[in-house]
Amino acid sequence: MADFLPVLSVALGGALGAVLRHVVAASVTRWLGHGTLGTLAVNASGALIIGGAAGLALGPDGALASDALVWLAGVTGVLGSYTTVSSFSLQTLELVHTGRFSWALANIAASLILCLSLASIGFALVLGVRLAA
Amino acid sequence: MSDWRLSAAIAGGGALGSLARYGASVAAAATMSGPTVWGTLSANICGSFLIGLIAIWAARRFPPPLVAGFLVTGFCGGFTTFSVFSLETLMLAAGGQWAGAAGYVALSITSWLGAVWLGWEAGARLFPARS
Repeated sequence: MADFLPVLSVALGGALGAVLRHVVAASVTRWLGHGTLGTLAVNASGALIIGGAAGLALGPDGALASDALVWLAGVTGVLGSYTTVSSFSLQTLELVHTGRFSWALANIAASLILCLSLASIGFALVLGVRLAA
Repeated sequence: MSDWRLSAAIAGGGALGSLARYGASVAAAATMSGPTVWGTLSANICGSFLIGLIAIWAARRFPPPLVAGFLVTGFCGGFTTFSVFSLETLMLAAGGQWAGAAGYVALSITSWLGAVWLGWEAGARLFPARS
């Protein structure tokens, strides 16, 4: 079956990413006392790494080699599964449900600003190192 | 409960969730041209709806921790992704499509939060509190 290796790569990467997220989010939550910060920690660190991965995978044509097995396992699988939108959405809703509207807005702003800027920084750093080398 | 059983449940859910997200991206790429954010966007919307539904169900019906770990931390967590969303936004901006990038962020945040609210409200009606 031609599609077997891509499917296996995504599945194995996704399994590993989910367990990593559980371990990191639980540790940060224990340390800082709030689950929202555990989710923010995995999303921010995952954004930095995915930016770096894109800097590595950028070809001379300006396109990402996103159908390679290593990309499917490492990015679609591990990083895709390591980070989460569902927990972010649920935790934001819980902040709204408990009347903490400003914390809900802060969570949205912090998640967007941190993740988008860290992805850009990871991308620029790796690309800069590649161009300098 | 031993920790490896919970880890195995999360790994299994994460594998299935990631495969579902990959399937959505492949289907979106096959049916649309140009930069395809629709696969990731639909996975993030559906995953947000599901976690809202499952969270209220779990709060009222008390499923075993292994089932909750498989469904919430595993499947919903693996199905949705903040990092691929961030990368897709970055690639739109890097390609000069600033309006596309801003639109993708605005559409994402409103639809994710709308979906989790819908899932929660649907669950509240489907699984009434037992007194």
